[in-house]
Parts: sequence; C-alpha cells; structure tokens
Amino acid sequence: MSTPSVNSGPIVETKGVEVRFPLPTHFLSREKPVLHALNTVNVSIMPGESFCVVGESGCGKTTLGRSILGLNSPTAGEIYFRGQRIDQMDEATRKPVRRDMQMVFQNPYASLNPRRNVFETLAEPVRHLMPELSANEARTRVEQVLSETGCDPSWQRRLPHEFSGGQRQRIAIARALVTNPAFVVADEPISALDVSIQAQILNLLTELQQERGLTYLFITHDLSVVQHFGTRVAVMYLGQVMELASAETIFAEPKHPYTQLLLEAIPKLEGGSFDKPRQPGELPDPVNLPKGCPFAARCHMAQDRCRQERPQLRGLPNGTEVACHFAE
Amino acid sequence: MITWQGFLKRFFGDPVAIGAGIVLLVLVLMAVLAPLIAPQNPYDLLQLDIMDSEMPPSWKPGGDERFLLGTDAQGRGVLSTIMYGTGISLIIGIGAVVVQAVLGITLGLIAGYKGGWIDSFLMRLADIQMSLSTLMIAIIVLALFQAAFDANIYADYAIFMLIIIIGVAEWPKFARTVRSSVLGEKNKEYVDAARVIGLPARKVMWGHILPNTLTPVLVISTIQVAEAIMTEAALSFLGLGMPVDRPSLGSLIRSGFEFVFSGQYWITFYPALVLIALVLALNLLGDWLRDVLNPKLRRGED
Amino acid sequence: MAMLEVKDLHVAFPRGKHDEVEALRGVSLTLEKGERLGVVGESGAGKSMLAFAILNLIAEPGRVSHGTVKFNGENLLDLKERQIRDIRGNRISMIFQDPMVTLNPVLSIGVQMMETLRAHRKISDKEARALCIAKLKEVAIPSAESRLDAYPHELSGGLRQRVVIAIALLTDPEIIIADEPTTALDVTIQAEIMALILKLCREKDVALILITHDLGVVAEVTEKLMIMYAGKCVETGPTRQIIDTPRHPYASGLLKALPQHAGRGTRLYQIPGSMPPITNLPKGCTYHPRCDFATQRCHGGEPDLVNGVACYNPLTSDSANRTETKTEAET
Repeated sequence: MSTPSVNSGPIVETKGVEVRFPLPTHFLSREKPVLHALNTVNVSIMPGESFCVVGESGCGKTTLGRSILGLNSPTAGEIYFRGQRIDQMDEATRKPVRRDMQMVFQNPYASLNPRRNVFETLAEPVRHLMPELSANEARTRVEQVLSETGCDPSWQRRLPHEFSGGQRQRIAIARALVTNPAFVVADEPISALDVSIQAQILNLLTELQQERGLTYLFITHDLSVVQHFGTRVAVMYLGQVMELASAETIFAEPKHPYTQLLLEAIPKLEGGSFDKPRQPGELPDPVNLPKGCPFAARCHMAQDRCRQERPQLRGLPNGTEVACHFAE
Repeated sequence: MITWQGFLKRFFGDPVAIGAGIVLLVLVLMAVLAPLIAPQNPYDLLQLDIMDSEMPPSWKPGGDERFLLGTDAQGRGVLSTIMYGTGISLIIGIGAVVVQAVLGITLGLIAGYKGGWIDSFLMRLADIQMSLSTLMIAIIVLALFQAAFDANIYADYAIFMLIIIIGVAEWPKFARTVRSSVLGEKNKEYVDAARVIGLPARKVMWGHILPNTLTPVLVISTIQVAEAIMTEAALSFLGLGMPVDRPSLGSLIRSGFEFVFSGQYWITFYPALVLIALVLALNLLGDWLRDVLNPKLRRGED
Repeated sequence: MAMLEVKDLHVAFPRGKHDEVEALRGVSLTLEKGERLGVVGESGAGKSMLAFAILNLIAEPGRVSHGTVKFNGENLLDLKERQIRDIRGNRISMIFQDPMVTLNPVLSIGVQMMETLRAHRKISDKEARALCIAKLKEVAIPSAESRLDAYPHELSGGLRQRVVIAIALLTDPEIIIADEPTTALDVTIQAEIMALILKLCREKDVALILITHDLGVVAEVTEKLMIMYAGKCVETGPTRQIIDTPRHPYASGLLKALPQHAGRGTRLYQIPGSMPPITNLPKGCTYHPRCDFATQRCHGGEPDLVNGVACYNPLTSDSANRTETKTEAET
C-alpha cells in the first residue's frame, strides 16, 4: 500500500485478516481441524474514534483486538499501524510501536498479577518500553497516571486483592495508559463490573479520551454501551464483519438481519422485547464453516443464494457497509 | 492469597500443625547442633571403644550413663549417631528436593508455556522417567558406582550421588505440578498484559507466571523431602546408601537390624523411631500446607 | 394469604469464634400465585442468599438466624429435611446461572429428567419418558425425542438452559426461582430464554422470582420489583412504578447510570464508590456514604422499609430531576 501521511490516514487498518487456530488433536491423527476465528476482516480505525466491535461469544471480536496487538498472529492478511505494517515485524522493530498500542482487559480480577503491587505493575511497561526514562522519571510518570485515572497514590504499595473490581479496573486502565499510547483496545472493560461501577469506568474512559485524544477499539456484547460510547460500529458474526456503520446509523437503520436481531434482543426498560417467543438459534460450527452466509441458518430472509454464496461487505446509499445479499 | 499474619494464625490454630512443627523443629535443631550437643562424635575413631559395644540404654541393667540410648556394635552411642544421622538424612532429603525442584520447575515451566511438541516431548520424557521406579534406578546406578570405585571414594561421594540420583529420578513430580499450574495461569489476562508490552517469553515465564505457581510447589516440596528421606533410608537399608562410618538414619537401622533377633533392639529401634517421626512430621505439615494454601478450601475468608 | 410469605429473614455467617456477620438483614416479601417478582442488586447484595434461604438451602456454616418463610401457610424453615425435599424441586423449582453446574455431565438428559420426576412422582417408565419429551417440546427444543439421549456437553449453552427449564417445569411447580438464568448467555440467547420463561409463567400461571443484576431484564419480565443493597431491601413495589419513578436514591442512581438513558458522548450519572462488604457496613443508612441526599439523620440510624422504600428522604418526581445537576460526584 502507499504510505499515507501519519495524520490523515487510519491509525489502525486490517486488510483481509484471517486467524485460524489449530484444534488440539491426538498427535497421530491425520485430520488437522482448524477453528476459523477470523475470516477476511477489513476495518480501518481513524484517529480519535471510538470504534466498537459488537457480537456474541465466538464471533471473533476479541481475536480481532488481540491480533492487532500481536497477541495472536494472523494466518493471512496484513495489519497496519499508522501506515506501517506491524504483523510481521520482529520484536526489536515493534518495540517503539508497542508503546503506542495498549489493552484494557475484561476481567480486572485476572488482568493484574496477584503477586505484584500496583507500582510494580505500572512500572513494568515504563521500564520495558521507555528505557530512556530514569527511575525517578518513571516514578513520577506512574504517580501522574494513577492520579489521572482516579487512583489514590497511596495504592502503589498495595496488592491487587486489596481492591474492589472497579478500583482494579482503574489500575488496569492506568497500566494501559502509562506509556502514553495513542491507541487502546478495550476488551469488554465493564462487563465484569457491577452496574453502579460500570458508569464510573465508562465515564473515565470518555474523559481520558477527551484529555489525551485516544483512539479506542472498544469490544463489547452490549449494544446499549455502543449507543452511548461509540462513533463507528462493526457487527461481527462467526469471524466475519456483517455490518459496518456509524453508531447513529446502525441504531436508526440497522441493515443486516443479524444486527436487527441483536437490537431486538436488548432488554429495554420500556419492555416488550421478550413478549414474542423465539426459536432457539444456534451458531454454526466454527470448525466446519458453512459455504454460504454464516447467518443463513438463523436468518428470516435466507434464500438458496445465501446458503451457496458468502456475501461480501458492500456499500449502501446511507453509508452503511453490509455483508448481506438482500439488505438494502 | 494468604498473608503472613493469616498463615501464622492458621498455624497456631491447628494442634496437628503445631505438633508436627515442634517435632520437626526439635529434630532439625538436634541435627544442626549435633557437633555441639552430641555426647560423642561418632566419626571420631579415637572416641570409640570397642569395649563399649552393644550396651543397652542407660536405664536398663548393664547400661552406661554415658550412652543414654545404648551403643551399637562399634561402640558408638546410639543417641549421638542418631543426631548426626538425622543431619545426613535431612541434607540428602533437602538436597535431592533442590535438584528435583530446579530440574522440574524449569522443565515444567518450559513445557507448560511453550506447549506444542516441546510440551509433548518433555511430558513423554517425564512419563518414561516415572515408569522407572526411583529405587530401581538408584539401585542400578549405585551398585555400578560401588563396583567401579573403591570403598573410600564411594564413602566420600555417596552423599552427592544420593542427592543427584534421587533428585533426577523424581523431577517429573515437580515438572507436572508446575506445568499444570502454568497451563492454568498462562491464559490469564495478566500474562497477556505482559505480552502486550512485548516482554520476552523468558521474563513472562520467570517473572510473571512462576511466582503464581509456587503455592503447589511449596506443598509438594515438603512432601518430597519426606519421600527423599525415605528413599535414601531404603537404599541405605539395602546397603547402597550411606556407608556405615558416615551413617544416615537408614544405615543406622540397617546396622542394627542383624542384632534385633539377639535382643539388642535399641540399635535399630531408636533410629527407626526418629525416622518415622521426621517423615510423619513432614507429611503432616505438607498436608496442612495444602489445606491452608488451597483457595478452594478457604472460600470467603480473604 | 399470599402463596409465599417471607418475613424478616436474616442469614448469618460466623466470623471468628463468637461473632457473626449478617449476609441478609431482615428481608420480607410476598408472592401471589402467578406473580412475577424481580430481585435486583449488585454482587454481594444478598440476592442469591435470599433464594437459598427461601428453600432452606443455606450451606454450613451459614444459618437462617431469624425469620419465617411461609409457603401456603407452612413455615419451610421448620420442616424436616425429608419434608422440605417434597417441596424443593417439586413445588418450588430452581434455575441457576450456569446450566453446566445444574446438569450432571455424565448422565444423559433423559436420565436426569426421569430421575427428577421419579423423585417426586410414582410413574411408569413409559409415562415418564412421554412426559419428558412433552416438556422438552414445551421449551421448544428441536427434535426432542432424540435429545433425550444426548449428554449436556453435546448441547449449546442456550439449549442446555432450555433443558434446565424443562427440568424445572417437570413437576408443575407453583414457584420458579431463577438465579441469574441468562447471565452466562449471549444477548440473543438471553432474549430467547427470557421470552420462554415469560411465556411459560404466563401460560401455566407459575409464580417467578427472578434474581438478576439487569434492570432491563426485570423491566421486561416482572410485575413486582425488589431492589437490594447490602443485605436489605431498599425499595420494593410494582416494577413499572419503580422503573419510571424510583424513590430510593440507590434505585434512581442505578437507573440513571444506564448508558441507554444518557445522550451520546455525554457523561453518565455515576454512583460514587462501591457497595460496602457485609463485614464492614457503615453506621446508619448503609447507602449514605454514596448518597447525594444524605442528611445528618442518615448517619445516625438505618431507615426501615416504609411504604416500599427504606429512605428518610425518598425522592419525589421533582427531587429525582434535581440530581441531574448534581451528577459530578467525586469517585
């Protein structure tokens, strides 16, 4: 690709990314089954966005985030960060890039090493990725980021088990921000938290974005969060992007039948979502993917073509991109 | 996670733990301080007098108050030999466990973290090692060693040989324990967080994962010390362990065994009693540690 | 008289040798035939404890230290284990969060269903099998006959939870207690399962106690609502009324904190701090450290539940709006 200038182009771009996981088999068996976690995913995330990836478990949304950060290596396709291809970089060249890309995990009870105190947890990324900082500068940096994320400086010498879920998630956010990244993958950062804490964390993420001009890749299963938080949304199903649109558009005019199903399924305070009975819907087996559209089995509009031919993302007049033969 | 205060509180709340702890402490102190407190030095041939041999304990008729627990066939005081012997048994037990732990933790960590063929290879190796009984390996190696070198060299190096043989033969226990905890830990998000910043595998393994797998390692270490002491005792009893002039508890039991039927039971009986007490105390402490450190049995306390 | 009447239920756990902490601190509720009650609270609020206490299932070393649970006039807490087994799983069924825990992985679905049935009914093999198939069909499990021989791991999460519901319905219970029945499931599957539970409760006139943390779900499914905080009920009443005009500041805060209520990009209302652990409750009203409306009185004593709300300064529709301006609370 031609290298676009750093400012105008997308901050993160994936081109035809595929991730396959070989399934464990007996070492003598001939079959080598693979799980298709991601199938030709193309997304480009612009600087300053809150790009949301929505889908149910097994749809590949977490795999996408992890691939961008290099926690999974794509089996095919390319990943770019500020125009630079990063998926095949060796560790030495990648190091300066890592400083700019960080991650906040879902479960604050597992994402902090239980045997390290808060200071050690936060100082590690600084020491490793910013070796030019002196010990004193590193300490100042840790303290500063802690106070920005609403953590008390006195927490530094304490261990994770002394904190509540919300406090831990703040610490995890502080760790992600300590190297001053431009891009943060937030993988379901509030779904493990209690309702009254979720709003605190969402507000914190919004504030930090405004202060630091962060770009988020926000992974979630909860569309109501997307509605509040996201600028653009990719709806994923079985490793594929089914619909890609701005947050307003997707709630106003959902095009893909799967997006419509997701929106209907949200429990609403006004009621009425659960009144009509639904037939059980099943995900197809991600090991033996169907030939056609992965959603065809649950789709009310499915026709023969859907079972034969896999739809690709195509643009609609309202700016939405949708992977469906019949959506319009 | 359990704090030190919580740990001590649990310890002092459990009579079995206190009992086992006291027995172990007394035996360890006895072994460490043996050169200072033992009535004789059984290694010093000048202090031995063959006239003193096979004396019964001091409270029995014919007993001598110099030898509280009687003497053996060479005139060594049983009490003194037990004190020194406990030390040798403990050195072998702990030394063997250090060897086991170093080998087992390293290989287990690599197998668990790297996975794939390295894991399969190391674990099959462990399976093979486990299918050969420790005693059998030890008997073969020590018999060859004894045959190849003369008795003096054997006596000098027997302790190292025992440590290495028992250590090498039992590494799979550590490797398996560590590997299974690594498998549990390596998918946790804190490991991913370390990988996101590009930390090399070596640092992730030793710096992040290993400290979180040490709980079960601590538990099996205790029990493995007991096991190593037993193995050493068995080998010595078969005449393949420590030589008679630098006796461990096992060789003491052996040296007295031939006299049991002629009535001089004390030469075997008291070392055996100490051996049982030592092994039992270690096992009880190991079980207690497992209960205390196992979070599943400790729900709702932290 | 109500079908189920819980009065002043306390559950205590020992702390140290002589001390006790209360996980449930005096909860009362009534349930009529066919009524659907939602119990909402954060983790640790005692909502699951309530379900277990109703069925006298509190595990050692915990105990029900006070209160009564009257089911059709009979106090369940006085019954012997043998007698209560006749009610538990028979006239009051339970559905848990994780179907893999409820279902035994080594027994086929059919065997487990028939076992449940036989425990409570004298019934022939043939009849039992027919009844099981009928129940599986009722919960819309495709090809019910063949699923009877399937093992739990062969089913998807959604189907498993359907099986659990089928088992809960086998004995035609009068009450179903569902403890977070859809928390482990995906959004679309949750909608399926909740729609199913709702339909079955309506058709069969079964009462439901739905325990969840999700206000959206209770708004969809239940008629009556109880909001729990730190082992107590802070507000109870008709679901619609609480959702529309909450009176307890906690209930109001929870509702306002939902992202669907706020405009895009705006700041969400946030309740500061987090719920205190039961071992360390603040003096006075347990919510006062997080409350925007706390007065001197709230520091002193704990308010009782009066007219469905446990608050000295319950919100009116006016004061609820007033908080909008006060949202910038410290964390």
